[in-house]
Amino acid sequence: MMASSYNAKEEDGHHSGASGPGSSTVKSRKPDNTAFKQQRLPAWQPILTAGTVLPAFFVIGLIFIPIGIGLYVTSNNIKEFEIDYTGIDMSSPCFNCSQSFSWNSSVPCKCSLAFSLDQPFESNVFMYYGLSNFYQNHRRYVKSRDDSQLNGDSFSLTNPSKECEPYRTSENKPIAPCGAIANSLFNDTLELFYIDPNGTRTPIPLIKKGIAWWTDKHVKFRNPGGNNSNLTAIFQGTSKPVNWRKPVYELDTDPENNGFINEDFIVWMRTAALPTFRKLYRIIQKKNNMTPTLPRGNYTLEVTYNYPVRSFEGRKRMILSTISWMGGKNPFLGIAYITVGSVCFFLGVVLLIIHHKYGNRNNSSDIPN
Amino acid sequence: MESLLSLGKRKPRKNGLQRKRRVGAWNMTLDEEDEELMRSYSGNKIRTTKYTFLSFVPKNLFEQLHRFANVYFVFLSALNFVPIVNAFQPEISLIPIVLVMSVTAVKDMWEDYRRRKSDWQVNGQLCEVYDRTQQRYVKRRWAEVCVGDLVLLGCNDIIPADMVLLHSSDPKGVCHIETANLDGETNLKQRQVVRDLPQQGPDFNPENFSSRIECENPNNDLRRFRGYMEHPGKVRVGLHNDNLLLRSCTVRNTERVIGIVVYAGHETKAMQNNSGPRYKRSKLERRLNVDVLWSVALLFLMCFSTAVGHGIWLRGLKGAVFLIPDDISPALAGFYMFWTMIIVLQVLIPISLYVSIEIVKLGQIYFIQNDLDLYNPRLDAGIQCRALNITEDLGQIQYLFSDKTGTLTENRMLFRRCTVAGVEYPHHENAQSLEQYEEQFGGAADHTLTLRSRSSRKSVSCRSLSCNHSSVSLNTLAAESDSNSFDDTLHRQAQGAFSSTMECAVVPDPQLGQKLKVLSAPLLGRLKHDATELSHIVDFFLALAVCNTVVVSSPSQPRHVVQMPVARTPLRSLEEMKALLQKVSLPRFALSPSQNSDGSPGFTKRLFNRGRSATYTPNAPTTPAARAPTPSLTPTHTPSPCSTPVLLRSGAWGQEEEQPRQSDADDGPAAEEEEKDDSDEEDKLLYEAESPDEAALVQAARAYGCTLLGRSPEQLLVALPGTGPLSVPLLHVLPFHSARKRMSVVVRHPLTGQVVVYTKGADSVIMELVGRKTSDDQREIMEKTQRHLDDYAKEGLRTLCIAKRVLEEGEYEDWLKRHVFAEASIENREELLRETAQMLETKLTLLGATGIVDRLQEDVPETIEALQRAGIKVWVLTGDKQETAVNIACACKLLRPTDQLLTLNCDIKEDCETLLSELLEQIGVSERRHASGCEDGLAVGDRGGFMLVIDGRTLDFALEAELQGAFLELTGSCRSVICCRSTPLQKSKVVRLVGEKLGVMTLAIGDGANDVSMIQVADVGIGISGQEGMQAVMSSDFAISRFKHLRKLLLVHGHWCYTRLANMILYFFYKNVMYVNLLFWYQFFCGFSGSTMTNSWVLIFFNLLFTSVPPLMYGVFDKNVSAQTLLSLPQLYKHGQNSKAYLPSTFWLTILDAFYQSLVCFFIPYFAYAGSDIGLFSFGSPINGSALLIILLHQIIESRTLTWLHFAVFLCSALLYYIFVLVFSIICVTCNHPTNPYGIETKVMSEPLYYCVCAVTTVLALLPRMLCRGLYNTLCPSDVVKAGLIDKLRPEDYSASVCQWQENSEAIYHNQNPRHLDKNLSVNADIPTDCTPETGSVLS
Repeated sequence: MMASSYNAKEEDGHHSGASGPGSSTVKSRKPDNTAFKQQRLPAWQPILTAGTVLPAFFVIGLIFIPIGIGLYVTSNNIKEFEIDYTGIDMSSPCFNCSQSFSWNSSVPCKCSLAFSLDQPFESNVFMYYGLSNFYQNHRRYVKSRDDSQLNGDSFSLTNPSKECEPYRTSENKPIAPCGAIANSLFNDTLELFYIDPNGTRTPIPLIKKGIAWWTDKHVKFRNPGGNNSNLTAIFQGTSKPVNWRKPVYELDTDPENNGFINEDFIVWMRTAALPTFRKLYRIIQKKNNMTPTLPRGNYTLEVTYNYPVRSFEGRKRMILSTISWMGGKNPFLGIAYITVGSVCFFLGVVLLIIHHKYGNRNNSSDIPN
Repeated sequence: MESLLSLGKRKPRKNGLQRKRRVGAWNMTLDEEDEELMRSYSGNKIRTTKYTFLSFVPKNLFEQLHRFANVYFVFLSALNFVPIVNAFQPEISLIPIVLVMSVTAVKDMWEDYRRRKSDWQVNGQLCEVYDRTQQRYVKRRWAEVCVGDLVLLGCNDIIPADMVLLHSSDPKGVCHIETANLDGETNLKQRQVVRDLPQQGPDFNPENFSSRIECENPNNDLRRFRGYMEHPGKVRVGLHNDNLLLRSCTVRNTERVIGIVVYAGHETKAMQNNSGPRYKRSKLERRLNVDVLWSVALLFLMCFSTAVGHGIWLRGLKGAVFLIPDDISPALAGFYMFWTMIIVLQVLIPISLYVSIEIVKLGQIYFIQNDLDLYNPRLDAGIQCRALNITEDLGQIQYLFSDKTGTLTENRMLFRRCTVAGVEYPHHENAQSLEQYEEQFGGAADHTLTLRSRSSRKSVSCRSLSCNHSSVSLNTLAAESDSNSFDDTLHRQAQGAFSSTMECAVVPDPQLGQKLKVLSAPLLGRLKHDATELSHIVDFFLALAVCNTVVVSSPSQPRHVVQMPVARTPLRSLEEMKALLQKVSLPRFALSPSQNSDGSPGFTKRLFNRGRSATYTPNAPTTPAARAPTPSLTPTHTPSPCSTPVLLRSGAWGQEEEQPRQSDADDGPAAEEEEKDDSDEEDKLLYEAESPDEAALVQAARAYGCTLLGRSPEQLLVALPGTGPLSVPLLHVLPFHSARKRMSVVVRHPLTGQVVVYTKGADSVIMELVGRKTSDDQREIMEKTQRHLDDYAKEGLRTLCIAKRVLEEGEYEDWLKRHVFAEASIENREELLRETAQMLETKLTLLGATGIVDRLQEDVPETIEALQRAGIKVWVLTGDKQETAVNIACACKLLRPTDQLLTLNCDIKEDCETLLSELLEQIGVSERRHASGCEDGLAVGDRGGFMLVIDGRTLDFALEAELQGAFLELTGSCRSVICCRSTPLQKSKVVRLVGEKLGVMTLAIGDGANDVSMIQVADVGIGISGQEGMQAVMSSDFAISRFKHLRKLLLVHGHWCYTRLANMILYFFYKNVMYVNLLFWYQFFCGFSGSTMTNSWVLIFFNLLFTSVPPLMYGVFDKNVSAQTLLSLPQLYKHGQNSKAYLPSTFWLTILDAFYQSLVCFFIPYFAYAGSDIGLFSFGSPINGSALLIILLHQIIESRTLTWLHFAVFLCSALLYYIFVLVFSIICVTCNHPTNPYGIETKVMSEPLYYCVCAVTTVLALLPRMLCRGLYNTLCPSDVVKAGLIDKLRPEDYSASVCQWQENSEAIYHNQNPRHLDKNLSVNADIPTDCTPETGSVLS
């Protein structure tokens, strides 16, 4: 009774007969004897010893090695071709273009590079442009865009977000699309020609649709004004980004690929994670089962050289690649799997030995040292 | 407490100018000035809440911002609003701080709500208050009572405010209150109506009450109240504590009580005394704070390197397309980058850690409080955790300081033996009945087995009671042994704290009985030569019966004072006894030193005085001839020889007659029967005493026929052998004071009519007071008594000396004047009273001494042994005598037979110094010998086998700055230390010294008010809710009811709490470092621009939501070793003691592992996606996914216990993350501007590459930890791991393994102390040096 009344007081936080006479004496303060309250819940007690760990190591080894081999083989089956067309070397055909740089030069500088493929590319071929040392992931660069504007919001069209500064307005008109990302849109044009053994140049059809994510193309990026196809009118009163030659409504002639929903633009707007990156440029579709998409032989890459990279020692590349279920060519993952798997397997063996030597000693006697 | 303080500040302080408070009743007699003054006093409404509805938000915010961590995060959030450095949208960075602070706010609000509810309940209670307008008592809520109100209370009502008692229905103006609500003491306390009230008698008319009260301002001293009441006729009457009814006490035994409220609400003593829960900082938390600082350092390092990196990176770039053009120089940009990075990497400082720790500790406390093993069914009380934030300190205790009485022992006193006038009465029957009981019931209660080998004569071993009261006491005893039934509990509770059944089990000593029997026998003349002794004996028992504050009640009317029966006409034998006593009193008078010094003028004065005041006893004039040392027949009044046999049927006396005849024959039951019949009536008496030994002494006196029958403020009703109830006028009580170490009563002797002072106190004090200028006779008695006292102490008995002084009337008058003056004074009443008391307590005559047994609590030796095995050094700090203390230490296995006892007793400091160095040297010698003796190197580091005993005076020297070092060095080589004769202040000094100088964790445990300071000083203070009130409990961090609970509390809960919390904190650090480093590595690939590859929402929520609950589970539920194993293998406690789970090295290893894991977690996805068309946030997706997996699986690896709860929480965490990111990436089209997640997760997760990356990342990240754990646990497992492995064995293997381990450690444990080589190490010759298990007593 003494204790209980004391406790009631304790809980209340002050000395008083808050509980009233007799009210606290009825209920016993005995704790419930439940598994939870007495901390006796049935439990799994993992104690990692050599004995318990080694099966895990073997299992991991046994699973990882085959997966690694699979990944490695898959990666090796991917055909990839890469050509640098920056034009740093004097010998490079694009050297001249790279030297004479201006964002707004009226006469486009063109250069063409010849290359040959040793192996035919069988399935669909993806054509990428690659940039190196281009920090699309710079914090302020990443932020410099207005998603509302790109989503077709008419208010944002004329009032771009402050994040776009200093590419928000030009000549007192709002820039559409605003921001540094849009401003630095990659504007080289790449064309591919197949040189027949007999010397004729056959242009290879490059498909420019389907290179952006479906969600981006159909939901995230939308032209203002809904279905109104007269983009020129809609973008009236806005200014083109400073570095652009044409306004956004002249990116393409196809109304399905013009304005904000231009796929090259969309692809560019999805900023790359790393300073060396590639972006999908075109798709070369397989014609039929009989002929390879890109047969062996000589090709010419025609570049309309607009995009300056010399200022930051960047590189520009053109990449042709087939893809598999795991994406592009990258042997790393396969090697990683094989390595981890083998290491695990090896450690498993080591642990097995240790377990046999020391494990039993532990169970039999527990002499504290 | 804070709330109280703040309330105090808010109060109008008009009365602050005048130091006194003036109170009068609210009626016509009050003038306006007073009325206004009284209105300014605080009302009776109490508010313990911190907040009101309005003030909650600002006040709580203010309070939370007092925490450094919170300020830091607010600063970070503010930083994020600076555009040049901001990393996220400003709103997002507010989330963590808002979330953390709102969790805390909700917690605070809930606590406040509970307080509000109980306040409301308290304020709403009803009481009857006199209403001036209606001219009658009306019911009012407590909250509406105010100062000056007259309150009417009935029996069992709770007192609503501090009131001065004006009227009581009791004819003597007495009222009883029970203060259990206040201090836990269940005994009744008497309160008295203010003296000289104009309105006496049964009716009290409030209208006519016109007295003024002037008293001191509110304070928190429960035992002090000073003031005076001015009656209409300008008569001032002193008011003191006896007139004050305290709030929240209960009125008992009194039908109607009227009082005037003087303090109300928060000004009442009860409220002033109420301090809220205590906050201490635990050792682990101090360690944690260091590591938080390291994290800050790490953060700065990382930010700085990023800043430098950014500057360098920028310098190489001019006019790149991806750069936003501005005019900032690279250096400045780097500077800005520093701050940006602080925002980005802020998670490195574990913001939610502090909140999580608080939550985890609440969970831990929940489980501690719900532990069945810490529940005491007898008191219906479990453990109370008063401090909420030092649970893990329980697992790190290195030094334990224990009080003895009430902590190690029951504090349930049993009269054991006594010495009167230099003759020892061993009370063998007492011992025999002890033995009898042990044989009978010892087997039933298994815990007595451990001590059965010892002789039951050794008093400390008697865990059981003498009992010749059959049924009732046995029930009670059964209840003692915790194996009781519910009925017993009820029975026990109904009886109150000090029932008579326990203590009345005193079998009188035949020799003493026979001597005393003479009194009632007709043959007085034959024993004339023993008259002095006889009078001593009578005085002795009279003193036992009278010199106390025991309240008598009976079970039929619980808590009701036995009314004074009408005094019977004195029997004839009474006259004879009076005569005898008067006769023998004279020679003793002559012997008293006062007589010697007084000379003749004093003599006449005395004669005069006596003639005037001695009312009913014919008095004998003394003559100078009385100086003769032998009892001669000088008195003029010659006793008439008695021829009639006394017809006295006092129960106890009847038994007395029986006893000698039985001699040694062991037919107890017959005697019991008889006694039961005889003493039926008297058995109804229940004694309730403030201290248990008082009750024991009264019971002892009763066994010899000196029965205390009743008590009122003015007189006592006592039955002496051969007399009926006698009324003994009680003149004064000089209550016990710890400084005086004694108490006295001044009574008028019922037989001689003299004014007699009976003093009872500690032997050292009394002996000193007696010591001066005594006759040979007295000196002889003193010497003998001292010898007996030493014997008692060696047996472990508590000793008390009884002395008396006969006052001459003149002396008494003189003293009375001073005393009345002292009582009436307001200023330094206490000192004056103490002075007058000291004046009275001099020139005493020693009557005798008593030895009282205090039984050890159950399982104390086992508990102490377990604690010692756990590596805890146990010190006993006691106020008892050295011999008693050593003996108790022996009984509770603190001192083992093989141990050497070192004694440190000296009177001057120089001695102390030499002694210290001598002892140190000797220890060194034996240590070396030991080291050379055992080559196997077992337990070399572990010292033991020495035990230091130090007394209070020497302790004072040892605590001085010069000797501290040597003292600590000495104690360091001793396994345990006993400090005896120590004061409360010394206790706290010792604890502080050890705690500070050695830098160890200390735990103090005690039960009484004298332990409070020690409990407060120690890192962990534990109070035992026992017999001595609740003061220790109120100041403690944890309150338990038995000492044995300490074992599970420390060894199991302490271990768990420490390991859990330490692991959780380490995990928290790991988690944060691991996650934040992912962002850091990314800086190398984004030009150190502070960019993140993760959506800022995910970034913020990752720590706050997705991975916050699993660590909490870890902290509350993880069990690395089962409770059973922890209890049977106490050495596992050393794990926490040495802070094994959280060493600096562990911290850095954890950080290292975190670095490794983050490297793996970042670079595998990096290489897997390098050169591809991966987008910024698509790249973050597999990194986050695998980080989550790694963090969760890492915890599974670290956990030792995984229940379905754990898996549920893990699953929930993972699901929450995936659901969040998926839903976010589906619905968020334009939201969350720079890091728009639309379509990312759905796209990335639809690719098989994502899973391939996550799988290999997770496995590789966790590989080293798994491998290291596996190898470490196999090759050199720690004790804890081994214990964990044992837990997993099958039951039969389990017990075998535990036994084997115990044996092994036993061997080591004993090998540590093989040095019973030099036995003569003790420097002080008169102190025992050895302790053998056979007798259990200490031999010289």
